[in-house]
Amino acid sequence: MSTTTSRHASDVNVGDELPTLAVPLTRTLIVATAIASRDYQDVHHDPGLAQERGSPDIFMNILSTNGFVGRFITDWAGPDAVLRSVKIRLGAPNHPGDTMVMSGSVTKKDGNVVKVSLKGANKIGDHVTGTVDVELLP
Amino acid sequence: MTTTDVDEKAAFVAKLRAFEGLEVGVEEGADPVNQPMIRHWVEAIGDANPVYVDPDAAAQSVHGQVIAPAVMLQAWVMRGIRNRPAEGGSPRDELLRLLDDAGFSSVVATNCEQEYDRMLHVGDHLRTRTVIDSISDEKQTGLGVGHFVTTRVEYETLDGEPVARMLFRILKFKPGTGRQAPSDDGAKARPRRPRPSITPDNAFWFEGALQHRLLIQACDHCDTLRHPPEPRCACGSYDWHVRDASGRGTVYSYVVNHYPQIPAFDYPLPIGLIELEEGTRLVADLVGVDPSAVTIGMPVVVEWQDLDEELSLPAFKPAK
Repeated sequence: MSTTTSRHASDVNVGDELPTLAVPLTRTLIVATAIASRDYQDVHHDPGLAQERGSPDIFMNILSTNGFVGRFITDWAGPDAVLRSVKIRLGAPNHPGDTMVMSGSVTKKDGNVVKVSLKGANKIGDHVTGTVDVELLP
Repeated sequence: MTTTDVDEKAAFVAKLRAFEGLEVGVEEGADPVNQPMIRHWVEAIGDANPVYVDPDAAAQSVHGQVIAPAVMLQAWVMRGIRNRPAEGGSPRDELLRLLDDAGFSSVVATNCEQEYDRMLHVGDHLRTRTVIDSISDEKQTGLGVGHFVTTRVEYETLDGEPVARMLFRILKFKPGTGRQAPSDDGAKARPRRPRPSITPDNAFWFEGALQHRLLIQACDHCDTLRHPPEPRCACGSYDWHVRDASGRGTVYSYVVNHYPQIPAFDYPLPIGLIELEEGTRLVADLVGVDPSAVTIGMPVVVEWQDLDEELSLPAFKPAK
């Protein structure tokens, strides 16, 4: 059993910053997360075909980006958090050898539901920007 | 561009637009929500939330039972390794084939918006109802010339209970038509580091750095060392010489910089106040160390960074 504790909405204020999460983008991570999401598009595991399709190397698929967004939120909010919505936009691709650093802050609070505005940046720029609505304990 | 080109493009866009509003049809997940797929996912993502894998922890949480990560939604109805059919298939298959055949053969996802009615549990078997929402005109993007295709997807259980909905946008583009010419490494040229403010008093220090010499000013009169460079010693003497530092020291203090972010640097950026073994201190980047592993008193050694033809600076890495 985990002893992880959950964050309460009453302890959260607009402007609170979430702890940053640095994700080292290994080739294994990019391939493993793509396959775990049942995404077999060649650009997520085959460097040669990725180059033919106009990319310098393989890159992370959007389902995995969602996965890291979810983890970034619940690492902070705890096991009792209930995600209500996740809205993301992708920019700079996540290629192997880079690191994505995720950061975010609380930008709205409506009862027990807080909105977190976040981004994940790599060396090229912002890989992901977006918002998550998450319901916390009262 | 000739009139014919314009006409052809307009005709092609009209052909694409005919797909707007079409239903892709119902697609059913190969398997119900299940623990092995959840475990595979959370291990790959490195997500330690116990409610995904630990029935006891989940029972004591608001969820009451093991849930799938909400963001795993799409995985439950992904086609998997099976290829798109060569002909026929759904209107989406036909639309994508039309774009492929016109040269828009590459694809990236650009937007995803998911709303969840409830968390999913082991045993929930999902299906989707997808509608092609819109197809953009031809756009020049950083990746290449292409069309954005937006779909709307309703997720429901096989019993017909709605559980989530999603807006999903992809860009179908022609490889090699991006704004930046493809380069070997694909990364944009990194902006140069901000320039130091070089004065007659400190120029010797930066010139030394270009030769990978870590210099310290020493007073001719009392031999006291000083840094940063100053024209006059506390003893009153204006006469000085330089001494070469060994490059060894310890972390006297440090910060990890997250914001504001300047494009020439990588973040999080650990910056140390290094106490050299000669006794003076200087501010420098910490390299070769995880920011969370930096400690006060940590022994470090200089590592020269040749940033461009005009600027070399000392950074410090953990001493072996």
